[in-house]
Amino acid sequence: MADYEVPKLTGAGYVEVPAIEPGSMAGKGPFVAKPDFQKALHFPSDFNKGQGEGERYELVPDWKNKALAKLDDLRHRYRSLQLYLDICVKCGACTDKCHYFIGTKDPNNMPVARQDLLRKVYRRYFTFAGKHFPKLVGAVDLTEEVVEEWYNYYHQCSQCRRCSVFCPYGIDTAEVSMAGREILDHIGRGSKYNNEIISKVFKIGNNLGLPGMALADTLEGLEEDVEADTGIKVRFPLDEEGAEVLLVTPSADFFAEPHVDGLMGYAKVFHEAGISWTLSSYASEGANFGMFIGSYENMRRIALRIREAAIKLKVKRIVFGECGHAWRVAYSFLNTLAGPFDFLDPKYPVPQHILEVTWGLIQDGKLVLDKTANDDKVLTFHDSCNVARGSRMGDKPGGQFEYPRNVIKAVCNHFVDMPADTIHDATFCCGGGGGLLTDDLMELRVKGAQPRMEALKYVTNEHGVTHMAAICAICKSQFTKVIPYYGFKMDQIVSVHQLVSNALVLQRQVSVQARPDDEDEDEDGDED
Amino acid sequence: MTFVSLLYGLLFYFATFILIGGVARKIHQYWTTPAPLKIPTTPAPVTQKGVVWRMFREVVFFESLFRSNKTIWLFAFLFHMALWLVLLRHSRYFVETGFFLNFIQPFGKYASFAMVLGLAGLWIRRVIVDRVRYISSPSDHLMLALLMGIALSGMMMTFVAHTDIMQVKAFFRGLMFFDWHNLPASPLLLVHLLLVAILMIIFPISKLLHAPGVFFSPTRNQVDNPREKRHVAPWALELEKHNKIYLDEVKHG
Ligand code: SF4
Ligand code: SF4
Repeated sequence: MADYEVPKLTGAGYVEVPAIEPGSMAGKGPFVAKPDFQKALHFPSDFNKGQGEGERYELVPDWKNKALAKLDDLRHRYRSLQLYLDICVKCGACTDKCHYFIGTKDPNNMPVARQDLLRKVYRRYFTFAGKHFPKLVGAVDLTEEVVEEWYNYYHQCSQCRRCSVFCPYGIDTAEVSMAGREILDHIGRGSKYNNEIISKVFKIGNNLGLPGMALADTLEGLEEDVEADTGIKVRFPLDEEGAEVLLVTPSADFFAEPHVDGLMGYAKVFHEAGISWTLSSYASEGANFGMFIGSYENMRRIALRIREAAIKLKVKRIVFGECGHAWRVAYSFLNTLAGPFDFLDPKYPVPQHILEVTWGLIQDGKLVLDKTANDDKVLTFHDSCNVARGSRMGDKPGGQFEYPRNVIKAVCNHFVDMPADTIHDATFCCGGGGGLLTDDLMELRVKGAQPRMEALKYVTNEHGVTHMAAICAICKSQFTKVIPYYGFKMDQIVSVHQLVSNALVLQRQVSVQARPDDEDEDEDGDED
Repeated sequence: MTFVSLLYGLLFYFATFILIGGVARKIHQYWTTPAPLKIPTTPAPVTQKGVVWRMFREVVFFESLFRSNKTIWLFAFLFHMALWLVLLRHSRYFVETGFFLNFIQPFGKYASFAMVLGLAGLWIRRVIVDRVRYISSPSDHLMLALLMGIALSGMMMTFVAHTDIMQVKAFFRGLMFFDWHNLPASPLLLVHLLLVAILMIIFPISKLLHAPGVFFSPTRNQVDNPREKRHVAPWALELEKHNKIYLDEVKHG
C-alpha cells in the first residue's frame, strides 16, 4: 500500500514509547506555495523558482535578516512565544506525548525538540548566553539548513496542543510552530496547501473554491435527497435574509463523506425545532486556516467575512457546524477578531456550536428520537484536539467532552469510550490537523494516526465497537483516508449529526421557511 | 577585613544586583508583551478565582507534571520541596531566628538529602533515557552540577566539617546593613558561596526563569471566557482603529 512501513497495531490500547530514530522524517516538507498565493495573503512574493528540478523555490532576497526581524517582531507581539522560548527546562515530560513522535520515532517530533529548532536560533541572536556561549546552550546560526528544518518539522506538527496539557509550564508547541510558519511565510517558504486554500477563501468564500451557484445546486440536491428519504421537504437555505440563524460550517460538509450526512443532520434539527436558518455564500467556510499559519491578520480577514455575512443577512444567532479547528477559532477568537457582536440576540452565546443547539433541544424535549435507528452500530467518540483542548461547549469547564457524548447517547443505544488516557483533554490528534491534510504528507498522516488507531483497535476487540464518531471535518477526512491502512473500513467514521439524522423522527411536515421561488405553495402551511 | 571577605562581599552585591535586576527586567518583559488571543488549555477555569486555584495546584503540586510522568514528578517534587525547606532554614543568616525558624531547622537540615536525591534522579534520567539525552545541552548538565555542588558543599558543612555560622550570619547581616564583617576562612564555605553567587548571576539568563515565568503562561493563567468578554491586544486594536487588516498598512499610514 505504501513505500514506508505502516505501524502495526497491538490492540493493547496504548502505544509503547519508541526509541528515537534521528532523521527518520528528515526531508523537504510539503509543497511550497508559489508567489501568487503568497501575494494574496500579503506575504512577500519576490522570489523565483529555483534552478534544479522539483518544486522548490528560492528564498526571498536578504531572507536571513527578514527571518530574524520577523522572529523579533513576533516575540514582542506574542507573550506565549517569548515566554515559551525562555522557560523550557528540558525536563522531557512532553517528549513522549506527541502522536507524530510516537508514530515516526523522529526525535525532532518530540515537542521540546520541535521548539528547540526555533529556540536555538532565538538564543543565538537574542540572548546573552547564546551570543557569547553558543555551544554551551545549544545555540546555532541561522542557515539555509535550519530554514529547511523549520519548514519540514513545523509541518509535522498538527498544532493539537497535547503537549501543552502535559508540560509543567503549559508550554504550547502549537504557538511555536505557528510562529515558525509565520516566519517562513515571510521568507518565501509558505506551504502550498494552506496558502492556496486561504487565497480561495478570499476569492470565493470557502476552502474548496465552491462558487455560490454550485453551492446552491448542491443544497437543492440535498433537499431532494432528504425528501426522497423521508417524504418531508427539509430546507437547506442559502443567503436568505432575515433567518434567525447563520450556520457556518466547514465546506467539506457540502459534499464529502461522511461530512454531508452531518449537514443533513443539522438541517433536520433546525427544521424540526422550527428555527429558520441560512448558509451564506460569502462566508461559506467555517474552518479558518489563518490559524494554521499563525497569521493573526489573515485569520482576522477570514473571520470578518462571517461578521459581514451576519450583518447582511440580518440574523440573530451564529451557529457553527462540526469542525474542530473551526470551533476553536470561533469559540476562542471570533469575538476577538471580528467582535463585538452586539447586533445579535444577547440571549445566545456568540457563536454557538451546533451540538449546543441540538443538546439544548433534546433536553427541552423538542426532538423525537428513535435510538433503534442506530442499533446497527456500536459507537465510540473521537475528541477532536482543538475542541478538547481549545474550546468549550455550554457554560461549565469540560462541556466540550459532555455535549457530544450526551447527544450520541441520546440517539444511540451502544456507546463505549476509548481508554481514558486517549480521550478528553488527553485525546490524540487524528494526524491530519493543523494544515497537514495534504497528499504530499501522506506518510506523516498515516504514522501520526497510530496512537488513535491503537485505541480504536482496543475498543474494537474488547467491546465490539463498529463505528467512530467525530465532530471535525479534518478528523473525518483524515480518518476515512487513513484507517484502511490499519485494516478498518472508510465508512466506520461517522458524523455525530449523522447519528442524530438517523434517529430523528420528523414530525413537522412543512418547513418554517418557504422556498423563495415557490412561496404560494407553502403559504398555508407556514405556521403549525 | 580580609581580602577574601571583601571579594565575597562585592561578589554578593553584584550577584544580588544581577538577580533582582535581571529577573525584574524579564518579568517586565513578560508583563508588557501582549497575549493577543485567548489560548488557555481547556478545560480551563471560567473565573479568575478558578485560575488562581489552577495555578496554585501547578506551582505547589506540579499537577501537570504528575499527569505526564511520575518519575520526573517524583524527583522534581523532591528537589523543589526540599529546596524550599533548605532556603527557609537559610533565612536565619539574614533575620533574627524566632520560634518558626528554630522549628524548621532540623527539617531544613535533612531536606538536603532529599534535595540531592531529587537532583541525582533528574540527572540520571538525563543520561539514561534516550529522549531526554537528545534534548539536553551542556548547560543542562552544568546546571545540575552547580546545584549538586551547592547541595553537597552545604551538607559537608552541616554534617562533616562545621563552619562558624555565627560569623557567617554576621557577614551577611553586615552586607545588608553596610557594616562589614569577615567570613570564616573555610574553603568549603567559600566554594559553597561561590557556587551560590554563580547561580544567582546566571538565573536571569537561563532556564531558571521558569520560576517566575510559569505565572505568565497564557495556557495556564487565562480565564476561559472568550465568548463573554472581548479580548483584544493593543496592536490589534490599532488595526481596528485604522480599519486595516495588515500591520504594514498601519505603519505606512
Ligand atoms: S502540538 Fe500536537 S503535533 Fe505539535 S508537537 Fe504538540 S503534540 Fe505534537
Ligand atoms: S514538558 Fe515543557 S518544560 Fe519539559 S521539556 Fe517539554 S516543553 Fe520543556
